[in-house]
Amino acid sequence: MIGLEHYLTLSAILFTLAIAGIFINRRNVILLLMCVELMLLAVNFNFIIFSRYLDDIAGQVFVFFILTVAAAEAAIGLAILVALFRSRRSVNVQDMDAMKG
Amino acid sequence: MIEAVIFYLFGAVLIGGAIGVIASRNPVHSAMFLVLCFFASAFIWLLLEAEFLAIALVLVYVGAVMVLFLFVVMMLDVNPDRLQGGFTRNAPLGLVVVALVMAMLGLVLWGRSGELSMLEAPARAAEAYSNTQALGSVLYTEYVFAFQLAAVLLLVAIIAAIVLTMRRRPGLKIQDISAQVAVRRDDRVRLVRMEPERDE
Repeated sequence: MIGLEHYLTLSAILFTLAIAGIFINRRNVILLLMCVELMLLAVNFNFIIFSRYLDDIAGQVFVFFILTVAAAEAAIGLAILVALFRSRRSVNVQDMDAMKG
Repeated sequence: MIEAVIFYLFGAVLIGGAIGVIASRNPVHSAMFLVLCFFASAFIWLLLEAEFLAIALVLVYVGAVMVLFLFVVMMLDVNPDRLQGGFTRNAPLGLVVVALVMAMLGLVLWGRSGELSMLEAPARAAEAYSNTQALGSVLYTEYVFAFQLAAVLLLVAIIAAIVLTMRRRPGLKIQDISAQVAVRRDDRVRLVRMEPERDE
């Protein structure tokens, strides 16, 4: 029987894989954005799981708003990426050192 | 039984897709694996009785966000070779962080598993139950202010994305509508007083 902890473990594995992706692909901004999307998916998973197990629809409302914000974030992130690529001809994180960070 | 089959099947697809996202060398392949992840999670969300959000995930993410990702990945002429090579250098640190996070989450999930297992799933909803209706009935009443805020946020995101990617190329012959409308008679018409020509 599939219980709460099975679902939570799945979302935890998804979240950790996203973190691993951020560490592995530290050069490509596009892949970093994709890993952030994966993390948001894992978080949404938790909301949906607890919405079901606590029998409270508020969790799904939260997921609805997270989807909205994530879509806006992806659009603006990709717009910034396009603008950056126009000026730098690169999406490498190592090339973005104009602020000497 | 069928629930376990669906869970393990799509869970495996989900994790495999996530590994594909972070491990493939080509960003286009990564985006495609991410689409696979979203599809697999939509199935598991259906299992969790979040039907509306499962469909919304497919429509919004696979239909809009991932198409945007693919569009950008293919539009930018990225040289993949220069973006590779950090794998072996970053892998040890990444492994340590991942192990730490996994240990923390595992401790929370399984260390006190008895308490979590006590939380039983409620009975499946009746056949006439509509998830969309239930979601809408709270979304348009209790959360109506947040709903409108989300609408404003999307408007701001549209404007921001357009402003960020718009570029003015000099020398382009385009109509300036506002200048055309704002023109006045004095700008265009010049009255010249001339002496009439006389036949001698």
